[in-house]
Amino acid sequence: MDTLTLTKGVPDFREGQVSFDEDGHLERGETPTVMNPNDRFALQAALQTKVRHGGRTSVMSMGPPGYKEVLGEAMESVYADDLYLLSDREMAAADTWATSITLGTAIEKLGLPDLIFAGFKTADGETGHTGLQTCWCLDIPIITHVVALDIEPEKGRVRAKRLVEGDVEEIETVEAPMPAMIVADPEFEPSYRTAGERLTLKDLRAKTSKRGEKYEEYLTVWDHEALNLDPDYIGLDGSPTIVESVDPIPKAPAERDATMVDPGDPDGLEDVLEEMEPFRAELAAGGD
Amino acid sequence: MTEADRDYEHYEAVVVGAGPGGAAAAARLADAGVETVVLERGVEAGSKNVSGGLIYAEESAPYTIDELFDGFRENAAERPITEYHLHNVSGNKVKSFDISRLHHHDTEWSDAVLRRPMDSWLAEQVHEKTKEVGGGLLTDIRVNGLLRENGEIIGVTCDEIDPITADIVIAADGVNSELARDAGLMDWDDPEEWFQGVKAVVDVPPEAINERFGVGADEGAAHLFSGDLFEGVRGGGFVYTNEDSLSVGTVFHLDSLAAERAEPHELLDALLTHPFLAEWFGDEYSEREYAAKLVPDSKKVAHGSPHEDRLVLVGDAAGQMQAQGPIIKGMNHAVTAGALAAEAFVEAKNAGDPDAAGENYERKLRESGTMRKLRPRRYKAASAVGENGVATAISDAVLKSPLGSLGVKALERVGALDRLYSSPFMAMMVPDTRTPYVTLPSVIAEELGDPVDGESAVEPPDLADRIGGLAYDTDIGNPHIELLDNSYEASGVAVTACPVSARDFGGGCYREETVKTNGSTEQVVSLDTQPCVECGTCAVIADTDWEHPSGGKGVEFRSG
Ligand SMILES: Cc1cc2nc3c(=O)[nH]c(=O)nc-3n(C[C@H](O)[C@H](O)[C@H](O)COP(=O)(O)OP(=O)(O)OC[C@H]3O[C@@H](n4cnc5c(N)ncnc54)[C@H](O)[C@@H]3O)c2cc1C
Ligand code: SF4
Repeated sequence: MDTLTLTKGVPDFREGQVSFDEDGHLERGETPTVMNPNDRFALQAALQTKVRHGGRTSVMSMGPPGYKEVLGEAMESVYADDLYLLSDREMAAADTWATSITLGTAIEKLGLPDLIFAGFKTADGETGHTGLQTCWCLDIPIITHVVALDIEPEKGRVRAKRLVEGDVEEIETVEAPMPAMIVADPEFEPSYRTAGERLTLKDLRAKTSKRGEKYEEYLTVWDHEALNLDPDYIGLDGSPTIVESVDPIPKAPAERDATMVDPGDPDGLEDVLEEMEPFRAELAAGGD
Repeated sequence: MTEADRDYEHYEAVVVGAGPGGAAAAARLADAGVETVVLERGVEAGSKNVSGGLIYAEESAPYTIDELFDGFRENAAERPITEYHLHNVSGNKVKSFDISRLHHHDTEWSDAVLRRPMDSWLAEQVHEKTKEVGGGLLTDIRVNGLLRENGEIIGVTCDEIDPITADIVIAADGVNSELARDAGLMDWDDPEEWFQGVKAVVDVPPEAINERFGVGADEGAAHLFSGDLFEGVRGGGFVYTNEDSLSVGTVFHLDSLAAERAEPHELLDALLTHPFLAEWFGDEYSEREYAAKLVPDSKKVAHGSPHEDRLVLVGDAAGQMQAQGPIIKGMNHAVTAGALAAEAFVEAKNAGDPDAAGENYERKLRESGTMRKLRPRRYKAASAVGENGVATAISDAVLKSPLGSLGVKALERVGALDRLYSSPFMAMMVPDTRTPYVTLPSVIAEELGDPVDGESAVEPPDLADRIGGLAYDTDIGNPHIELLDNSYEASGVAVTACPVSARDFGGGCYREETVKTNGSTEQVVSLDTQPCVECGTCAVIADTDWEHPSGGKGVEFRSG
């Protein structure tokens, strides 16, 4: 069971990390790049597959040379056999279409694995297109919003539980022939129910931390020439999407006021009780 | 192979618990090529465990920990204990005896240990060894019961993973063994069968330890305390030197603790703040960890036939914890028993009859002399007198009378007291009455002791701070202890006996409450398991449905 996980870097949107200029535009140079948070679920799905069925686990990303650290981060979180970075100037500023063409070509060069894992949309673009379009390029099925996986390697089939309309209340089970792409939902929960699986996992974890330190030894970088791609069809030139402008979203006004009450202050508490009095009346009247 | 063996995951051997007993069993099995998996409920081996503790390598024992694990003393232990003193206390008077002879009797070596570092080191070795033979050691897994087929034990069930079958199940799950109880081999009913141990680990720099205890860098000291320090509760205190800390603790008979309604943390504080100990802590008292655990009394509970079907019990799970007078020996016996159980299985398997492992193990416990140490035959005769209330009252009265004081002085003159305290035979026979724990030591101190000058400046943290200093991963919405009877009569004693609860303290596990119903008031107790240190006390003295938390949940000791 060979798998490939797609990941990318995104600006670190956490408080204290991200910086915006006066107009509210992201300052990319000032903001560190981290792994797209949703890709962690894809990596967990890949790890579960490796633990249960063995095989090769590869991770791929397209982006600037700095993304190799994102691949290093991937290596630190799950055991990967090898890492691939698709990177050169010609690939820069690609939209999801050009990205999909590049990824699809690289995957064909690598050899189509049994399963490709991807995260559910990126934190910067939020389009959710890349996975779908890559599948279209490779002509393989895709299952999205996956929360649990059951693979039958000998039958060449994968069965997945997926959220219908992204709703946790409604779950359907779908089957697909492999190779296929699996988009892991943030609700994806890896499960290891046997001692044997847990021992394999423990073993992989122990090796992973060592590999994480020298991930560059496992890294292959491909440029457009290595992939035999025409610069007209990739990067900015190959991107039909035109971004006209980016508007900052205004902060939502707070709807509620909060008053602080010192729990040691009887007067303050008295006021709280008074405020709550009408609700008590409502309750007594049988309201719900 | 039975039907069930084919449906379930199977290992030749499953070892439950990675304390010294489980580690020894697994190492010995792996060395013999037996495919072994070890299941431990803590986030790391040792994170649930507490002992005093001095681990002994007995000359007469068939196995010692350093024989099973190369490099144990260098890598997993603190200081070797080179001197041992016993102090009888009455008020501020202290009469000390050197009991190094008792300590060295049958002792090849004895080292102070902290359980988190010790057990986690052992677990690493065990994992490497068992991995070689197709198994390994897993943490974060709680075994919650025995798997049976047609009424016969064939494996274990767990909270986190699917059931596992095995040709042998070694329950090394410590005191309050859920497996021993499930098999009907042990019950948790009688407080007289248990001790409760409570302990603080106190920071002291290595050089200060060398200086204050008068020991070299690779030497250590042990000190024991008995007398009137502890409000008449039967038991004693200890101070052991680690590399850069002191282990200070108390061990009391659980029935006595319950009967006196004593607060364990206060008894520990009575020891910590005695002026005799003041200079050991220096100016700045800094407590690293507060911990507690029950200890079985082998004289009463060591099981003569600790096996059933494919299940064998080793260590505390089988009650194999020997209180040799003031000296506590549990870890060494767990090691011996674990290794003997493994040996018993390997022999049975090689003889083509793996089901004979239990019988083999029982025989080995007997023939190696282990059972005789755990349940000395003579103790029964001695206890017939010792535990009789009238006899105690008389001997207590005699000791306290002028005649008794005279006697003590006379004994001292001829050196008899020194001999008494250094006699391993006497130590084994000590009856469980107030006389040896409280009355005799107090009289000795009163008559022969020197007063200790000065006050102690030590201010131990209060319970709230001690709880606050512990790490917990609470299993929210899934409490591991259920109070079956919340009446004060049934469970009220837990309010005092629980080491993290106290009267008039709202932040502990057990609380006393008064409820008014139809004009009458009733006293009840309520339980909040969040601050629980999983000591096991309320499993015995209160009416509870008591289980360990799921794997990785609950308290996590860093020193132990
Ligand atoms: C205060 C105090 C002082 C002591 N002093 C000494 C001393 O000086 N010298 C000495 O030799 N002994 C001493 N003892 C006793 C000693 O600690 C025990 O006898 C010894 O630890 C027993 O070893 P064991 O391997 O049987 O059990 P433990 O060391 O208790 O190990 C049991 C293991 O099983 C795990 N476990 C339990 N239930 C489950 C489950 N359901 N599923 C999975 N895992 C589980 C636990 O997490 C633990 O790791 C002292 C005890 C106390 C409390
Ligand atoms: S609640 Fe029970 S098991 Fe927990 S610390 Fe208190 S007495 Fe011990």
